[in-house]
Amino acid sequence: MFADFDFKVILNALPYLFLDGMTFTLTLTALAAVGGVVLGTLIAMMRLSGIPGLPQVAKLYVNFMRSLPLVLVIFWFYFLVPYIGQWVTGAERPIQVGAFSSSLITFTLFEAAYFSEIMRAGIQSIPRGQAAAASALGLTYWQSMGNVILPQAFRNMLPVLLTQTIVLFQDTSLVYVLSITDFLGAASKVAQRDGRLVEMYLFAAVVYFTICFIASLLVRRLQRRVAIIR
Amino acid sequence: MTSSAMPPATPAPNPAAPLDVPPTGPVTAPLATPAATQAAPGTPMIAIDNVSKWYGDFQVLTNCTTATRKGEVVVVCGPSGSGKSTLIKCVNALEPFQKGQITVDGTQVANRKTNLPKLRSRVGMVFQHFELFPHLTITDNLSLAQRKVLGRGKDEAVAKGLALLERVGLKAHAHKFPGQLSGGQQQRVAIARALAMNPIVMLFDEPTSALDPEMVGEVLDVMVELAREGMTMMVVTHEMGFARKVANRVIFMDKGEIVEDAHKEDFFGSPRSERAQQFLSRILSH
Repeated sequence: MFADFDFKVILNALPYLFLDGMTFTLTLTALAAVGGVVLGTLIAMMRLSGIPGLPQVAKLYVNFMRSLPLVLVIFWFYFLVPYIGQWVTGAERPIQVGAFSSSLITFTLFEAAYFSEIMRAGIQSIPRGQAAAASALGLTYWQSMGNVILPQAFRNMLPVLLTQTIVLFQDTSLVYVLSITDFLGAASKVAQRDGRLVEMYLFAAVVYFTICFIASLLVRRLQRRVAIIR
Repeated sequence: MTSSAMPPATPAPNPAAPLDVPPTGPVTAPLATPAATQAAPGTPMIAIDNVSKWYGDFQVLTNCTTATRKGEVVVVCGPSGSGKSTLIKCVNALEPFQKGQITVDGTQVANRKTNLPKLRSRVGMVFQHFELFPHLTITDNLSLAQRKVLGRGKDEAVAKGLALLERVGLKAHAHKFPGQLSGGQQQRVAIARALAMNPIVMLFDEPTSALDPEMVGEVLDVMVELAREGMTMMVVTHEMGFARKVANRVIFMDKGEIVEDAHKEDFFGSPRSERAQQFLSRILSH
């Protein structure tokens, strides 16, 4: 099977794999991570707020998202959103949402559930006295969150958030169900066109492994540097 | 008997120099420059009226009534679990209460229409565990609320913070983070942070209980100085030396009730209640 292993196939495919595929994968990962952390933080704040109803809504959302396979959410979202859009706006035809927008929205909403659990733990890790001190100085809830609680929670949780982002990076490969050309999708297309399955899938695995392994090492180094002295 | 010792109609003579008279002794800027208040000297700055509080079925405060007048230093003491910290936290609404009324400089604390952040910005508070913000430098700790709440410019806030830092003897540490300071130093920064808001009254919640013994003195010195400058203070503490030195009145609490509310001389001379006598003999005997 390895007798006719052809490196040239990989070499020829490199521009396509990285310029098209990896660019998409990294863009989707970065945007979904940022969106997911922002939305997840808001959900965590809802969940920890004492306002009647809000914690329940947040909890329902998180549990719902976490109970579904990601592929299913991607799939359903892609086919449902146009019709929901049509229903909401009252348009004559289903609202066309591009595959990229659709997958970005899906990943943001899906990852927000996971990020919200991380941010909830982060907020709860801050001693209650910090919020009391912020209130006692006259800071409002949002000022206190923005200047005192969230910066500390975010720093405490940064390693976990980044580890979750590495998982997200791997999960983006699931957009193949929408036949989007992400890194794995690009590799897969070349593999099937040239009949070089072994080379392409092996190469894709090596690239994913290398990136995730290095990223994990960096996260571990970062972990030591961002720790707040107490 | 609950709060049988009614405060007298005329305030006790305050040994501290009045605010408008320059302090004698070493010529230094005063620690605090309180913002203007509505209350004239001698009128209640903090009025606690018949306050009760429950945690579920458990009553932590029972019909507490007392008042702190402008320029007065009131020490609140009592055994642990007697509700003294809870009472002082009710004053700036960090703890809600179910019955009674608390008025700070004419503003009702429990009124839903009260702008709580604004009220709290005028009431300085010092916590047992300092609660400096560990992710910010000392300078930023001192200027954050000045800028966000009072809307002061960056330069003004930093200058004000540094001036106060100098007064508590820590100017050299301005660039450091709280974790690099000792407990006593952190607490002095916390006092400076509260003073930077120009509070009309200062609340201290066991400010020296979490400190190593050798650091208690440096914090108490700052508090004594503050009291001598005429700051209105309500201090929960076990430091009876501090009470003897600067307090006007001492409130003794037990099981959520104000058992005794007396002038310092009366309290230390001849506490009326048996519980206060026991407490004093226990706390002063070692």
